[in-house]
Amino acid sequence: MSMNLALRAGLRRQILLGRLYSTQTTSADEFRLSEYSEKYLGHRKARFTEKLEIVDPSSVEPFPIYRVTDTDGEFINPENDPKLPKETAVKMYKDMTKLNTMDKILYDSQRQGRISFYMTNFGEEANHVGSAAALEDTDLIYGQYREAGVLMWRNFPLEQFMHQCYGNAEDYGKGKQMPVHYGSAEHNFVTISSPLTTQMPQAVGSAYAFKRDGSGRVVVVYFGDGAASEGDAHAAFNFAATLKCPIIFFCRNNGYAISTPTTEQYGGDGIAGKGPGYGLHTIRVDGNDLFAVYNATKYARELAAQNKPVLIEAMTYRLGHHSTSDDSTAYRKASEVAEWTEKDYPILRFRRYLERNGWWNDEDDKAWIAQVRKDVLKHFTAAEKVKNLPVDELFNDVYAEVPKHLQKQKAELKEHLAKYGEHYPLNKFQS
Amino acid sequence: MALLLRKLCPTGNVASLRASSHFVFSPSKADPSLGETTKLNLYQSINNAMHTALETDPTACVFGEDIAFGGVFRCSLGLQDKFGKDRVFNTPLCEQGIAGFAIGLAAAGSTAIAEIQFGDYIFPAYDQIVNEAAKYRYRSGGQFNSGKLTIRATWGAVGHGALYHSQSPEANFTHTPGLKVVIPRGPIQAKGLLLACIEDPDPCIFFEPKVLYRAAVEDVPVGKYTLPIGKAEIVKPGKDATLLAWGTQLHVVLEVANIAKEKLGIDAEVIDLQSIAPWDVDTVANSVVKTGRLLVSHEAPLTSGFAAEVAATIQRECFLNLEAPIARVCGWDTPFPHVFEPVYLPTKWRVLDQLKQLVEF
Repeated sequence: MSMNLALRAGLRRQILLGRLYSTQTTSADEFRLSEYSEKYLGHRKARFTEKLEIVDPSSVEPFPIYRVTDTDGEFINPENDPKLPKETAVKMYKDMTKLNTMDKILYDSQRQGRISFYMTNFGEEANHVGSAAALEDTDLIYGQYREAGVLMWRNFPLEQFMHQCYGNAEDYGKGKQMPVHYGSAEHNFVTISSPLTTQMPQAVGSAYAFKRDGSGRVVVVYFGDGAASEGDAHAAFNFAATLKCPIIFFCRNNGYAISTPTTEQYGGDGIAGKGPGYGLHTIRVDGNDLFAVYNATKYARELAAQNKPVLIEAMTYRLGHHSTSDDSTAYRKASEVAEWTEKDYPILRFRRYLERNGWWNDEDDKAWIAQVRKDVLKHFTAAEKVKNLPVDELFNDVYAEVPKHLQKQKAELKEHLAKYGEHYPLNKFQS
Repeated sequence: MALLLRKLCPTGNVASLRASSHFVFSPSKADPSLGETTKLNLYQSINNAMHTALETDPTACVFGEDIAFGGVFRCSLGLQDKFGKDRVFNTPLCEQGIAGFAIGLAAAGSTAIAEIQFGDYIFPAYDQIVNEAAKYRYRSGGQFNSGKLTIRATWGAVGHGALYHSQSPEANFTHTPGLKVVIPRGPIQAKGLLLACIEDPDPCIFFEPKVLYRAAVEDVPVGKYTLPIGKAEIVKPGKDATLLAWGTQLHVVLEVANIAKEKLGIDAEVIDLQSIAPWDVDTVANSVVKTGRLLVSHEAPLTSGFAAEVAATIQRECFLNLEAPIARVCGWDTPFPHVFEPVYLPTKWRVLDQLKQLVEF
């Protein structure tokens, strides 16, 4: 009996303890899950699991590639047709072919030693024009260097491309930078600089300024798959997400960073695969499909305008050499390039669409290309004849005002040139 | 000389030596025309300057790591409460991001006041500062600029900061055209120079001597005022030699000047350079023309330190006036050490020794 009593008391104690223990566990779990979910994971509902599972990245479904037309320019799902007016569609085609024609002429002119450097846009024209057309012209663009089609869409004067490549007195940039480093305040296109990816956190900062000033402007920043490996890309994605900025990150994934193929650039699901990890709205699109790029950018702009930063990865292929200082046959087969050119040339894909609508034909094309060639050559020849700014320009714009030590250096150079001018190409500069 | 130094140095025990700081702060007097003053230490005067900037410029934003709660040195205390979370905010922990973000903010027309928690951690932002901020105006032909950018960073020795809480990286930036680099010696200069940096049309780096945050207290004008960037200040006039320094080291050389006058009858002129880039060649050269002797002292290592630039320029400008080789009393060419800090720093004894040699040359 007494044993029985003791046993019963012990049991009761055990039950009580157990209850206490389990309520504590429940409340501790609730507390921790709520803390982790709300404070650590940005309101994402987390759960515990007793299953030991390390996520195999290859088991995660890769981002699909959004497309609207097939390689013949036919709408796969007609509902996705943005129904561009004829005028818009023809301008898109004209801008892409104008860029393509300019690229060919300037590339050749560099080979002839007439300009010092050039970078073509072959194969990527549709992602430039498709995205630019989906934006407001007041939206601020930050580029890398292979986005000249965005400027074409914004009617950056053809002659200004040439002036910049020559660095002559008419160049908005006053001859300070290498060719293709375009910029225009008037066209809301921030001047290109060579260091890769530096523009990305800057673009986020500008987007933050627009968020505060209530102008409704968004920022679009272009970059390549190689640039996405820089620390500044990480900084930009993270700052945009935490500071909730109206920005679109537009990645041109063209398969190569100079000679480095993407397999040596990243181990994950491309660039899009990084987006959700930062809390970015993300989409991967067929970069050779102008309509896919256009639709994605248009929708992305709506999200960005609500301070939801978006990452777009446009899949494309760099048909040209990296630059005039590069011979890409040293690291990829000419047959690979030929196959891409033949099977998926974005300009041709778009042209088929125009032709089917009866908006363009062979004759139009011949006349247009002849006209553009003439224009480019005319401006090119004219730009070649424009002298550079006077040598004093070297010292301007380092600071808002020329400080005393630079005035002194300017005077020193002037004095030197007065004595030794014959040894310098002074005839190339305005006096 | 050794005997003299021993005579000048009061014998103290080891404990008191370890506890004593390597400088004595000499407060300045504010220009009386600036009106009413209030007692502030250095962090409070920085806070006051940012308060003024936020109040007068609706585009101004203050941001960086741990800014929101007031900053690890209390410089942004109370600013978020007053001006809102969209103007005073934390960023992710990423210096290259802070600098890049700040440039973009400035390029879009906003006033960006970015903080790098320690000057030692400014190097991840080096590319953004040197290749981008500094060259923004030049490379765009003046179409875009980052002039509304000011980067504040704590700076200099603090007694026990070792390699990564003690550095003085000004010379890393003076080699970059397009940047302005400014370092104040106390609360009055800090407020006036920081406000000048914020309003200046060029990107500025403003280094704050962290050892002075609490130690330096003086009567700071309450209202808004600026001090000119690019101007040095003659803190103590003299005729026998010129002592040039900036930041905390100014107080070291000032104490040396006082000791030298009192005990050795050497009347040294003391100049606070204040702006390291662009620097005030005229004030320094005019002083050296008068004194014939120059000693430059900084905490940063000797080789390629900014004293080298000063020495080369003054040698060129004042060759016929120099009575002795220009002396540089600087940190040794080592990383900044932990327990060896007392023998790493260009102490008043090292400065005094060099000054005496300079005068006796």
